[in-house]
Amino acid sequence: MLYYLMQPIVSVTGLTKQFANLTAVQDLSFSVQEGDVYGFLGQNGAGKSTTIRMLLSLIKPSQGQIRIFGKDLQTHRNEILAQVGAVIEKPDVYKYLSAYENLKLFARLSGVKVTETRLMDQLNQVGLLHRAKDTVKTFSQGMKQRLGIAIALVHDPKLIILDEPTNGLDPQGIADIRNLILHLSRDLKKTVIVSSHLLSEIEQVATRVLIIDKGKKIIEGNALELFDPSQTIVELQTFDNAAALTKLQHSQWQKNLQPQRDAAILVKLDRKEIAQLHRDLVAMDIALESLQPRHSLEDYFLQVTSGNQHVDTYTN
Amino acid sequence: MTKMIRIKKIILLLIAALFSVAVNAQDMTGLIMKVKAKLDQVSDYEADGKMKTDVAFIKAPVGKVKVYFKKPNKFRLKKDGGISLLPRGGVSVNMNSIITTADFIALAAGEAMVGGTKTKVVKLLPANENSDIVLTTMYIDEANLLVKKAVTSTKENGTYEIEMSYGAFGQFGLPDKVVFSFNTKDYKLPKGITLEFDDNEKELTEAQKIKNRKGRVEITYTNYLINKGMSDSVFK
Amino acid sequence: MWTLIQIELFKIFRRPRTYIAFAAITGLIGIIQFGLKLDGDSYVDFMMRDITSSITVEGKILNGYQVCYIVLQILLVHVPLLIALVAADMISGEANMGTLRIMLTKPISRTRFLLAKFMATVAYTLLLLVWLAVMALFVNMLIFGTDDLFLLKSQYVVLLKENDIFWRYVWAFGFAALAMTTVASLGFFFSLFAENSIGPIVATMSVIIFFTILSTLNIPVFNKVKPFLFTTHMIGWKEFFDIKVNEANEAIVGSIQNPQKIMQSALVLVLHIIGFVTASILVFRKKDILS
Repeated sequence: MLYYLMQPIVSVTGLTKQFANLTAVQDLSFSVQEGDVYGFLGQNGAGKSTTIRMLLSLIKPSQGQIRIFGKDLQTHRNEILAQVGAVIEKPDVYKYLSAYENLKLFARLSGVKVTETRLMDQLNQVGLLHRAKDTVKTFSQGMKQRLGIAIALVHDPKLIILDEPTNGLDPQGIADIRNLILHLSRDLKKTVIVSSHLLSEIEQVATRVLIIDKGKKIIEGNALELFDPSQTIVELQTFDNAAALTKLQHSQWQKNLQPQRDAAILVKLDRKEIAQLHRDLVAMDIALESLQPRHSLEDYFLQVTSGNQHVDTYTN
Repeated sequence: MTKMIRIKKIILLLIAALFSVAVNAQDMTGLIMKVKAKLDQVSDYEADGKMKTDVAFIKAPVGKVKVYFKKPNKFRLKKDGGISLLPRGGVSVNMNSIITTADFIALAAGEAMVGGTKTKVVKLLPANENSDIVLTTMYIDEANLLVKKAVTSTKENGTYEIEMSYGAFGQFGLPDKVVFSFNTKDYKLPKGITLEFDDNEKELTEAQKIKNRKGRVEITYTNYLINKGMSDSVFK
Repeated sequence: MWTLIQIELFKIFRRPRTYIAFAAITGLIGIIQFGLKLDGDSYVDFMMRDITSSITVEGKILNGYQVCYIVLQILLVHVPLLIALVAADMISGEANMGTLRIMLTKPISRTRFLLAKFMATVAYTLLLLVWLAVMALFVNMLIFGTDDLFLLKSQYVVLLKENDIFWRYVWAFGFAALAMTTVASLGFFFSLFAENSIGPIVATMSVIIFFTILSTLNIPVFNKVKPFLFTTHMIGWKEFFDIKVNEANEAIVGSIQNPQKIMQSALVLVLHIIGFVTASILVFRKKDILS
């Protein structure tokens, strides 16, 4: 893919949001290319929602710049938002109105001329046609979520932002959302930004992934690489981790080292390389206490993003 | 004015009246009877009038009224559908009802000028102890047999003064204009009750307050209809 | 903009809460009507007890105009609470429901969004007053008929002729609309600062109750503050029912005693409205939507 030739749909540079006594987002930069399903991963409170709200101009950044469709969000807000559809956290709509009324109301706000056929068609797509005239009060969480998606899509936006779309959904609902994202991306060629605190949701749909923690970027990369099932991470415990790390940093494994967590040394490698690593450790005279391969990246992700401290040693 | 002062005043007046009887023991009953006879030509009347209420604490527009009278002493003042503000006991705004009081003692009390006319001053004391009227002082134009002014003290309704000017209907003893003056009490309601918030009104000076305590009701009559017969139902 | 206002009005009038105020006004006026119809004479006697010592008032005191005045006197102090119920919920209610963030991701500037919401609030306020006028004036004119209006003020009494009253009510309702819009703009302003509607509603009511008490208290030290409280000016509608007198103390039909006082009060209220709305816009444009 020739990313560098394309103009990014979303380009964020140096984004920072300072609340009274909390830095929710710190110097965050990333870009989303046309056609991406951009996964946004982080623990609850990592700054995902704040970032997404800044993308939607709900929160004013303290610093940094957001450009969407090549235009500055601050100066071209309405122009940009006309091409953006969003579901933010819980899909809250007017409970005392019917699904149809809600959809119509938001469509009009988006500046779309709406026919009843068009609205009904939209409701049909999310499987709510039979409940179109019922007040939302009577809807299940999943139905509300689908209505929220219909609202986000009714004006045929180019960019769709889904903030924690699977929160509170049952497994079927989660699967529906996953299929919807794939449909939007593959069939309708939309650009999608989806955030979640669950890796499992992201890894199945995302083309690129950004992992943030405490408002800072941890890693951004191609999903195929990050989620390559042949790759794993082993956690090493030695009797002298500091010495061991120094030795590894000067070995051929240097490129496999991952940001360190607690005292453990993390090495990302192909499963087939584990035996070789073991032999090399012995050769380097590193007294091994344990060597534990992680089952998937999720463990690693969880560890990275839930800990209290990081060692600032990064490798690719 | 407290009740005590009023009573004292009335007693003083009575003493003065008795005194004048002693000095000037001239019975004025004859004159009164002549006036009464003149009034008696009218067995009933109705008249249109314009009523103006001039009381310091009342803001009212000039209103149209209709008055009805029928012998011996039925009197009614009606405002066409509207609301009227009258001095308490104000139905007596006519001479007929005062003078038709059956028994009285009439005493001369000298002469006085009223509105440029020389008048005889007559004190009328009702014989009936239960009468509300304690004393009426009348100023009578002897030549024309017209009551120009009457000051009446009552037990219940204070003292009021009636001044009359006559015109075309003077021959029937009916005035063109009646000015009724009476004492009013202070009027003031707490702002909490009237739900007024601001406090911009100037406090009246003591002198103004006393002046303001005199209220006036002025009725200018037109269109007398005299002795056309009248049903009693008008007075109900 | 019109679409926005339409949408806001649609939302307001689809909510059950909106009708509480209409029901409350209907109910309260109904009770007053019922009571006065049943036992109006003793009410009038009670009302008149301070004046009948020197003056007799004759005629149909308790007519439709009088009942309307009584109703307005009682109700207009409390209608602000009903206005607050909706106005103080305009933003906070949406924040609470979670719809605010969706609304604000739509391509509409925040200023326009806020102004549309405020206009809708004003429309609601006006409709409530129209309803009040229908119930308090027209229905009472039907039930009790029309006649002269006799009013007791703290320093004097006023008698207005039957044909000199209706226009005063038209203006009075217009003024009341201005006063209630002031309340609406206050509630609206407060609604920016919370994510549930209880807080702003209670805050609005508290301010109004607090200010009204200060306005009512006749304590010299507070009198200095009174002209600066909007609640003092909210009862300016009463000034339409005070009449001028000429030298001979005759009331001049069609006159108003203190037109400049009404203008002044109206100006104070308008300035409050402009102030609250401007403040709302300034705050809202900078506000981070976290709901």
